[in-house]
Amino acid sequence: MAAMPSNPPERPVPAGSQLGTIASVLRLLPSVRPALPRLVAGLVASLGASLAALAIPRVLQRLVEGPLAQGVAEQDHAALLWPTLAVLGLGVTEAGLILLRRNLVMYPGTRVEAVLRTELFRHLQQLPPAFHDRWSGGQLLSRSMADLGLLRRWLVFGLLQLVVSVITIAVGVGILLATAGWLGLVYLAGAIPVTIIAFRFSRRYRVIARLSQDQSGDLANTVEESVHGIRVLKAFGRGDDALESFSGQAEELRRTEIRKAGNQATVTTSLQLIPELTLAVCLVLGVWLAADGHVTVGALVAFFLTAAVINGPVVDLGMTLSMTLNARTAVDRYFEVLETPNPLTDPADPEDLAAVDEGGGHVVLRDVSFRYDDAPAPVLDGVDLELPAGTTTALVGLTGSGKSTLAMLLPRLADVTAGAVEIDGHDVRDLRRHDLRRAIAVAFEDPTLFSTSVRDNILLGVDDDVPPERRERLLHEAVEVAQAGFVHDLPQGLDTRIGEEGLSLSGGQRQRLALARAVAARPRVLVLDDPLSALDVTTEEAVTARLREVLAGSTSLIIAHRPSTVALADRVAVLSEGRISAVGTHRELLASDDHYRYVIASLEKDWESGEHDHETEAVR
Amino acid sequence: MTPTTTSPAPGDGQPGGAHSDDSPLLDHATSRAVRRRSLHLLAELLRPRWRPLAWAGFLVVVGTLGQVAGPLLVQVGIDTALPALRDGDPGRLALVGGAYVVAAVLGGICAGAYVRAAAHVAQSVLLELRRRVFRHTQRLSLEFHESYTSGRVISRQTSDLEALRELFDGGLTGVVSSLMLMLFTGVALFYVDWRSGLVLVAAMLPAWLLTRWFQRRSQLYYRQQRTTSARLIVKFVETMTGMRAVQAFRREPTTQAAYSRLGEEYRDANLRIFGVNGRYQPGLVLIGNVTVTAALAYGGWRVVDGQLELGALVAVLLYVKRFFQPIQQLGMFYNALQSAVAALEKVSGLLAEEPTVVEPQHPTPLRHVRGEVRLDDVTFGYGKGPVVLPQLDLVIPAGQTVALVGSTGAGKSTLAKLVTRFYDASEGRVLLDGTDVRELASTDLRRAVVMVTQEAYLFSGSVRENIALGRPDATDAEVEAAARAVGVHDFVAGLPDGYDTEVNKRGGRVSAGQRQLLSFARAFLADPAVLVLDEATSSLDLPGERLVQRGLQTLLADRTALIIAHRLSTVAIADRVLVMEAGRIVEDGTPEELVAQQGRYAALDAAWQDSLV
Repeated sequence: MAAMPSNPPERPVPAGSQLGTIASVLRLLPSVRPALPRLVAGLVASLGASLAALAIPRVLQRLVEGPLAQGVAEQDHAALLWPTLAVLGLGVTEAGLILLRRNLVMYPGTRVEAVLRTELFRHLQQLPPAFHDRWSGGQLLSRSMADLGLLRRWLVFGLLQLVVSVITIAVGVGILLATAGWLGLVYLAGAIPVTIIAFRFSRRYRVIARLSQDQSGDLANTVEESVHGIRVLKAFGRGDDALESFSGQAEELRRTEIRKAGNQATVTTSLQLIPELTLAVCLVLGVWLAADGHVTVGALVAFFLTAAVINGPVVDLGMTLSMTLNARTAVDRYFEVLETPNPLTDPADPEDLAAVDEGGGHVVLRDVSFRYDDAPAPVLDGVDLELPAGTTTALVGLTGSGKSTLAMLLPRLADVTAGAVEIDGHDVRDLRRHDLRRAIAVAFEDPTLFSTSVRDNILLGVDDDVPPERRERLLHEAVEVAQAGFVHDLPQGLDTRIGEEGLSLSGGQRQRLALARAVAARPRVLVLDDPLSALDVTTEEAVTARLREVLAGSTSLIIAHRPSTVALADRVAVLSEGRISAVGTHRELLASDDHYRYVIASLEKDWESGEHDHETEAVR
Repeated sequence: MTPTTTSPAPGDGQPGGAHSDDSPLLDHATSRAVRRRSLHLLAELLRPRWRPLAWAGFLVVVGTLGQVAGPLLVQVGIDTALPALRDGDPGRLALVGGAYVVAAVLGGICAGAYVRAAAHVAQSVLLELRRRVFRHTQRLSLEFHESYTSGRVISRQTSDLEALRELFDGGLTGVVSSLMLMLFTGVALFYVDWRSGLVLVAAMLPAWLLTRWFQRRSQLYYRQQRTTSARLIVKFVETMTGMRAVQAFRREPTTQAAYSRLGEEYRDANLRIFGVNGRYQPGLVLIGNVTVTAALAYGGWRVVDGQLELGALVAVLLYVKRFFQPIQQLGMFYNALQSAVAALEKVSGLLAEEPTVVEPQHPTPLRHVRGEVRLDDVTFGYGKGPVVLPQLDLVIPAGQTVALVGSTGAGKSTLAKLVTRFYDASEGRVLLDGTDVRELASTDLRRAVVMVTQEAYLFSGSVRENIALGRPDATDAEVEAAARAVGVHDFVAGLPDGYDTEVNKRGGRVSAGQRQLLSFARAFLADPAVLVLDEATSSLDLPGERLVQRGLQTLLADRTALIIAHRLSTVAIADRVLVMEAGRIVEDGTPEELVAQQGRYAALDAAWQDSLV
């Protein structure tokens, strides 16, 4: 039994898997284009360096046999000068070209990586929370780091090596065919199985490479969860089970990697064995032909020298090919996320949310339905609710009745399936998201704090162009309203960096900071999702009193589980079975609405009678 | 005094512990210590695998021999088999041809087998290291996790290990064959003309200097790379985790800018590495080519003077040239090694962190837990911070349900963390059934004492698996019974696949209240002798809370419970209430007694009664 269940998350059909490797990689072109000249220049330098490397032994041999031999004959030391300088020149040229290639290629490689990574991040920030609920953090992380790292290394090393290898092989085989006749044809015949094997290898390897990269993503996800859920694992002493489950996953990845290596081993063997065997045949044939005088000994020597030059790149081809395929898979995985369409975009022709000094923030939900993509039934089904400007409405309903979902619709963190949400006469879909979200601030039930100072956490929703004095005022006011005075006692006061997700603070403290953040944003509409749940009674009372003053000006929707929270509101809306079943004041509803009484009343006598019906109703 | 009180806070005192991560510029001593620790870890991982490693090395040697044999056989074929054939003796040709085939087959098979063998070693090292880091991370105390961001732990376990993998993937392959080729060639050179061999030896000096330069630079740059990559990951993880808040508060542009900046820093680090590499490698090539030139000049001079055969000079030059050919591969290996060692520095730093809450060497066995909790003169402060609990004495008899109330910061959660041994007392003892919790094996302790916190984390996986986290060997019926007990069964049954429904990332589709119910079900299933609830019902709606309370009353009938709650409704089921203030227990008694005392609890209770309908 897996304590920390590992499950491969459902993945969409890999986009681009039906594309060829070249077509798949070509999708990078727009990002690579600015770097293209450097890449091409790097390629030329690289070819030049290879040529220089090839030329040096030949030049050496010629020099020694030619000018040097002559010099010896004439006992002339000066004859050494020119050959030596020539070799030196070639050597320096080779090193220079390598230096040049390295320098040319490193900028584009890292540039493309950085651009793609930033682009991915940008896109992920645009995608709605629904996407992030579906995709695990580990999978996204492995795409952003490991996959793009693979791509960088391919752009810097693999791509050039591939091109240089292919050119070398093509030119070499061409020379062999042109100069060596029959021997050339035999060598070419050897190239046929090599090509077939390389092709088949590509197909198989690609599948495994994909599997391995996906499994690393899942592993990263397990790591992430084991760290984020460390308290639960510790509280139940499940570290060992988590380790076991993790080990199982890691072992699976190891097996995939071994399979991958097995494939690579086969192709390495073939790519080394076949050309060498071909050469063995060529040797016997060549010697036999030479014995008969069909081929000169010189031509035979030349043939083997050239073949030796080609064989190097052929042997390396296995490595280069797998590097290319890994990069291709990385590109696929990258584009899978990048090409996920964003269902929540700014309108083409956005309306302006007219500035209102006072009285803005009239929110209307018209016949709103909402269904999660993968859910069979809608959560909200025909919600009609009006939040008149300047009023405070409490939203009450059972756990799971869709209150938090409804709250997400206001700042358009999700879009309605049917119906419309309007603010001050504008459909929220006709506004720029940033304008809308400036007008509507939310304090979520899970207070997310970022690893930065208390100050920055609270001022998260305050625009950067707000003058410093005003920022300070907003900050202090928000701290005071949320009864978050404890921040002054932190080691560096408001400048204390609070841990990631505010983990070193207590639940109540985190909740008060989240509340302060929403208050500091000074929105037209304030949405508070169960904002006081973790507060003790005394603090709750103090917060309530101050909140009531603050809320007086703006429109608020408060999701409430307790009568004490409801007390903040002018009126209460009851959410039940996907719609608003009743609206009224607390007293009215308490008197008239059974469901409301059941949900909100704490006293035993009030609910005992109603409970039975509701339990059966819940079973349905 | 206990060992834990003297142990330093995470990272303090030990050179280059995990917390000095962010600075790539270490002083000389620290740098060496960190490097030694990293190499030590690498050696420790490789040592038990010396057999497969040696086997891989053997395969490379044989494979290389097969490869090298080819050109030799061609030469033999042309020099001897050809004349023999002309003389009508095909036997020699057949022999040479056969030898070539054998060499080809041997070379090919060994090359393939090497890839397999290397992968086996690499993957088993990686697996072990992954497990080690994971296990260690789980073992580390909460104190560590609260200061070391999760993103950094994640980066240690993902991208840092990836660097090690590249060492095996890319570097190792070439190193053995390169060294071998260089050795063979060097020996051959000395054999042909030892004076030219001395030229080669002289060339080693600049090569060594260049390598030293490279080593120093790349060590620094690779450290920077690991640090910047960790920062990038931290930012990424944090933003993705808090995406809703980022979007709701329009932080996308700011976050984007910060992320781009970190991305640029990472890119700069990579560029510097490429840069130093891009000088090192051509530098080696240059040294090689200059050496060839020197050998040509020196050898040529002697040829002209008649001290050296012309043929020998040709051989000398080809050998010198060939000697330097594999040096590029060697450089690549060294580069991969530097990268891996830098990554291992980070990983070994994490592994060097000692948990502040340590397992006892000889745990006292715990049988038939009654559930009596006793705090004996306990003093506690977080790290070097102020004392949160000064000299606390408390006895909770087995089976008692105790409610802890008091304002935020009074020390309630701290007390709970001491009882569950998330932290160890700075002074004094926490006893379970008379045994110091520090003397209990954590498996025993965790079976006996379970805590449910407000933060109800769900792991990806099915609802069933999440509940069964409380007791992995529970049957389906037991899981369901636990869910029924807290009233979450109907909700689960209504899910598309019932108990087999996958909860989404971070329990995405499960509301906060339902998450708390599920984590309650976990605790029910775990069935501990001592149950600690830290604000575990804060997000429940009232009907949910009533159900849980009814369930609790049955559950708590025969066990010890410590309940921290802000809402006094939970306190109603308590036998005894403790009011805490600034780390001290200021009131202690049954709810009725305390109300009668007209003290703090009475005031709280009055406020609570007022807040009800």
